[in-house]
Amino acid sequence: MSAPAGLPPRPSAGAAVYAGGPAEAAAPQAGALRRHNGPVRSPMQFPAGYGLHPPNYSVPSGHYSQVPNKAVSPHLDNQYRASYHSTYYSAPAQNVMTPPVGTNMLNTQESQQLYNKTSPQTAESTEGLIRGAVSSASYLHTSAQQSYSAFGNHYSTSVSSSVASQGFPLNSDHYTMPVVSSAMYPVSYPSAASDSVYGQAYISQSLPGVGQFKQTSAFSSQSTAVPHSLQQHVPVGYNSTLPAISSAQSVQDSLSRNLSGLLAKTNNQINTGGIDSLQPAQSVSQKAQYTKPGVGTSVSSAAVSSGRTPTPGLSPEPRSTPSVTQSPESALQKGMQYGGYVNNQASSAPAPLSSSSDDEEEDEEDEEAAIDSSSTTSSASPVLNNYDALEGGGYPETRSVTSSPVPAPSVPQTSKTSKPFGYGYPALQPGYQNATSPDPVQPSNSGHHPGLQHYPQQYTGVNQLSSSLGGLSLQHSQQPEGLRPVNLTQDRNILPVSSVPAPVPNLNSDLRKLNCSPDSFRCTLTNIPQTQALLNKAKLPLGLLLHPFRDLTQLPVITSSTIVRCRSCRTYINPFVSFIDQRRWKCNLCYRVNDVPEEFMYNPLTRSYGEPHKRPEVQNSTVEFIASSDYMLRPPQPAVYLFVLDVSHNAVEAGYLTIVCQSLLENLDKLPGDSRTRIGFITFDSTVQFYNLQEGLSQPQMLIVSDIDDIFLPTPDSLLVNLHESKELIKDLLSALPNMFTNTRETYSALGPALQAAFKLMSPTGGRISVFQTQLPSLGAGLLHSREDPNQRSSTKVVQHLGPATDFYKKLALDCSGQQTAVDLFLLSSQYSDLASLACMSKYSAGCIYYYPSFHHSHNPAQAEKFQKDLKRYLTRKIGFEAVMRIRCTKGLSIHTFHGNFFVRSTDLLSLANVNPDAGFAVQMSIEESLTDTSLVCFQTALLYTSSKGERRIRVHTLCLPVVNSLADVYAGADVQAVVCLLANMAVDRSVSSSLADARDALVNAVVDSLAAYMSTASNLQQSMLVAPNSLRLFPLYVLALLKQKAFRTGTSTRLDDRVYAMCQMKSQPLVHLMKMIHPNLYRIDKLIDESAIHVNDKVVPQPPLQKLSAEKLTREGAFLMDCGSVFYIWIGKNCDNNFIKDVLGYPNYASVPLKMTQLPEADALSSERTRSFISWLKDSRPLSPVLQVIKDENPAKTDFFQHLIEDRTEAAFSYYEFLLHIQQQICK
Amino acid sequence: MAFTFAAFCYMLSLVLCAALIFFAIWHIIAFDELRTDFKSPIDQSNPVHALVLPEYSIHSLFCIMFLCAQEWLTLGLNVPLLFYHFWRYFHCPADSSELAYDPPAVMNADTLSYCQKEAWCKLAFYLLSFFYYLYCMIYTLVSS
Repeated sequence: MSAPAGLPPRPSAGAAVYAGGPAEAAAPQAGALRRHNGPVRSPMQFPAGYGLHPPNYSVPSGHYSQVPNKAVSPHLDNQYRASYHSTYYSAPAQNVMTPPVGTNMLNTQESQQLYNKTSPQTAESTEGLIRGAVSSASYLHTSAQQSYSAFGNHYSTSVSSSVASQGFPLNSDHYTMPVVSSAMYPVSYPSAASDSVYGQAYISQSLPGVGQFKQTSAFSSQSTAVPHSLQQHVPVGYNSTLPAISSAQSVQDSLSRNLSGLLAKTNNQINTGGIDSLQPAQSVSQKAQYTKPGVGTSVSSAAVSSGRTPTPGLSPEPRSTPSVTQSPESALQKGMQYGGYVNNQASSAPAPLSSSSDDEEEDEEDEEAAIDSSSTTSSASPVLNNYDALEGGGYPETRSVTSSPVPAPSVPQTSKTSKPFGYGYPALQPGYQNATSPDPVQPSNSGHHPGLQHYPQQYTGVNQLSSSLGGLSLQHSQQPEGLRPVNLTQDRNILPVSSVPAPVPNLNSDLRKLNCSPDSFRCTLTNIPQTQALLNKAKLPLGLLLHPFRDLTQLPVITSSTIVRCRSCRTYINPFVSFIDQRRWKCNLCYRVNDVPEEFMYNPLTRSYGEPHKRPEVQNSTVEFIASSDYMLRPPQPAVYLFVLDVSHNAVEAGYLTIVCQSLLENLDKLPGDSRTRIGFITFDSTVQFYNLQEGLSQPQMLIVSDIDDIFLPTPDSLLVNLHESKELIKDLLSALPNMFTNTRETYSALGPALQAAFKLMSPTGGRISVFQTQLPSLGAGLLHSREDPNQRSSTKVVQHLGPATDFYKKLALDCSGQQTAVDLFLLSSQYSDLASLACMSKYSAGCIYYYPSFHHSHNPAQAEKFQKDLKRYLTRKIGFEAVMRIRCTKGLSIHTFHGNFFVRSTDLLSLANVNPDAGFAVQMSIEESLTDTSLVCFQTALLYTSSKGERRIRVHTLCLPVVNSLADVYAGADVQAVVCLLANMAVDRSVSSSLADARDALVNAVVDSLAAYMSTASNLQQSMLVAPNSLRLFPLYVLALLKQKAFRTGTSTRLDDRVYAMCQMKSQPLVHLMKMIHPNLYRIDKLIDESAIHVNDKVVPQPPLQKLSAEKLTREGAFLMDCGSVFYIWIGKNCDNNFIKDVLGYPNYASVPLKMTQLPEADALSSERTRSFISWLKDSRPLSPVLQVIKDENPAKTDFFQHLIEDRTEAAFSYYEFLLHIQQQICK
Repeated sequence: MAFTFAAFCYMLSLVLCAALIFFAIWHIIAFDELRTDFKSPIDQSNPVHALVLPEYSIHSLFCIMFLCAQEWLTLGLNVPLLFYHFWRYFHCPADSSELAYDPPAVMNADTLSYCQKEAWCKLAFYLLSFFYYLYCMIYTLVSS
């Protein structure tokens, strides 16, 4: 039975059998299947159409055999299955996991037909048959959609975790239950996310229970009415905590956590740190207790054991698993979507316990689950292996230390209700409420981004635990953690141990789990104020920070002929819509009631009909649709890359050409694209050179156009050539190019004309222009003059020339944007190059900007290496073409301003010629109409793009947030990091449109105003103290950091280009990376210990606590690492332990460490290993490779390092304490 | 009843004022289309740009004519708008001939609503001045 079930637990076997694919091969396979399935029974039992359905669906196992006996059905069935498997398993192998399009199409059509065929029959047949038929038909249909089915498995997994609760009565009024449980255990149980639905299970387990439970339930009903809180809870997957916590933690620690966890529970005030460590352990045991003996236990054990023993060989997706473990980077790109799914699927296969009401099926699947899980214990979940590998949870030793990691594997499988708005289907059987969903997948994937850097960020560390314990008395009065007043002038340790977590919206647990990952989508206020007046009172900016095209490890990809959208506002259906009944849904943005299309009624995951609320679109807040031709204005464009290279004397001197050509040669095959990919080259000095690479030429032909005033294309059709057809010529050119201009004497640079030529070349198709420029453009259109006065660099007064000197680049960018062409700028200059003007070419065409000050291939090897690594990432990362992004929000909210690199086409529509995974956006919102009649608001971004494979895709993120009407709640939900990033964006705008001084004042005023407003609401506070709500306790620190940031600092010598580049980055970096730029992380690394370490890819990565950015933390005996985003500084104290210097740096003592040291030697010593693994772990977490600098006291670069110690006083700026006093003074005024 | 220079000025400005009203309506429609997403700022700001300079020059012409005709009151009524136009012209984004409406910036909610308000105000102003010119024309024709 297991094999034909469609989702075989051991696809390695299944794939071997079915991967044959084509329908012709189907018949023998059918035979094989039949054998597999035992006795053959009377064939004619089902009408033809029904034969198609996946055998185990709603049919006891015996029935299956009947099916293949049909003359027609075996063929079809197997055909379907064959293709299903083939697409299914081949998908992950592919680069961007696009399934073979052909098959896909075929299947879709086929299924469509089948579907039509069967549906009339369903009318006549009995109920069960109807279901079988319809579902089978549509199952066929979806068989083409791996993602669905992949998810399907996932779903079933999630059920497995919820098996536990099946023993408990399931009432249909489950709405209250989740609330209850969330109220009680707001934080965690994320491991058992599913169980939030089954509040009962937990409650009875966690016993002290019942009375308490009643209390909380009562409370929770209140809490729904008045969202209070700030349970510092972490929907994002407690998974992510694991790395931090899973590691060896002292017993005391866990004990105290235990305590705190309990306390917190009773208080409804959960602090993450506390519960996380405790809960997971419980949940595991609970699960074991409550599962059906045969199934659940084995499942969880399977999951666990699989987590423990990665056995790639057995894994269903052998190809992807190794890739993940070995190179997370490549896995990210390759396996990202499908790989994830497949794995998931595999992991879930053991427990396909469906929640549908079909008992027979359930039983049958139970059996199957039991069998499967027992048989595949070790291989049950490759994905978990992934997780483990990534998170380091998979290490036996860690597990033995704390039990917390154990449930990790089960996390992604957790289930929960599908009910978005928190009410049940009136008409549905209890079974419906069991609806499961793969939720944590989505959140947790956030962390799998390049290097898990974010994991810790979402969790408060041990420190916070103590602080929240300290606040327990307050918690009794139900004051949310975010509101706990913090006396800033007295409380010096406000920095969390690990990174600052994103606050979690105060929603009920179901919505919380469904909500979009904070890595993709964050709002500055997680409690949206009801009116603009309230927002004005709070003096905090309302806005969104988006990272829409982030590399995701798991993303449900949906192929469907109809994409369900609201008829009036065109919102995509999402987890937060409400189903009025089975046939109608209500849009959560405009409240229009829409019909559910027939096709949507069928759920390919559970293979059941009539459960629209279980579709992946409704179960995931981040999904990707494969769009039909309705979403195309023209046929999807091919990937087109044009490189525009500066070859003037200056450029040759800097020697960047060699690196570019080398990188291109190495990555030529990895450029995202399909068989239509085209590539071209233009070089320029005082003339513009084109390269004819037409297939058939014996060698590349250089065509020189010297008429730069009226540039034209010498041979328009052979300059951009097919990458595959002309590969040899391209390789020839790339190897010849670095030496072609070695003796050039041209010092002029005609960038403008070259760009015009590039635009002409690109305008028929659109694509990406990569410009490499090394000096100020000095010839032809767009020439620039030096505007920087070096004497003004450290001026405290006016900083001029932050805006463009000419509109040429802006107009060019707008033209490019209109033709779907993005311009990416690499500025490798040692002198002033007027980035403020040049940057316009990327800003308005949705490109990206890279700046390498004082680049030189031999004099500045660190920079050259960084350039090389950045280029590699740049060339191989995902890319989306001809994209548009629309942001929709609940009626009453409106978009005010956008920040980022794009062109704004309409009030809510951004035109992005290219979209890349490293681009972030910010949006300022305003509240136009009062939101009194709604308790939730939603934001939806839809990014429509053409993938490099020529597919039109739509990536949709939906975020749901509660509305509050009191000022205190607004403060409680403030997300300080998002606020600061949005303010930074606004300040950049302000400094360009007005002046830098204005922008700085505005930043200070933002802190002063908001803290003053907070203090005026909290009447019981003494006016003499400077008090901030806990949620905003880092606000002054971050703003001070912003003021000392290159972009906004005054008084310190800052080159204009550096400043402008910092501003460009603020506008275009996603939040995570921007925060590191603003407030670097400082770690002490001379005594790295394995305690609280996490495990990534078989490496132990120590997690030293964050240090304050103050010289007082630097001791002469220590060594410190500062992570500034694009630079790592390692500062060595004078009396640093010689062993450390010897082991880690490779020099005998402090004196012998050279001044310019940019690499750590690979030594065998443990400390060296730890340090290197820590650094490489940090490096992996960002797309662009940082430069490493080792700094001693004698080092001239020392000043750079000390400038980043933003809590200290500098000649030109306040220390942190002074800044606080300044704020206090301003408030009192 | 005589056909004075002042009367001629009023007659000419009457005709031109009708054109200005048309321009103002054009602007209103254009911004409304922008707001409701029917047009891309690149496509649409170009015609707007094309109309900005004519509008400014026509209005300046009025002022010069009224100055010559020594119609001080009418001139006084028009001077504020004239100064506003000058300010607008020399204060436009960046350094180019591109006026007032910067395609990347125009979609900003503030900018857009400002532009819309400006267009409405101008429409009102031109309408009122249209009737005022009509009245003045008849008055000068009759009185002199």
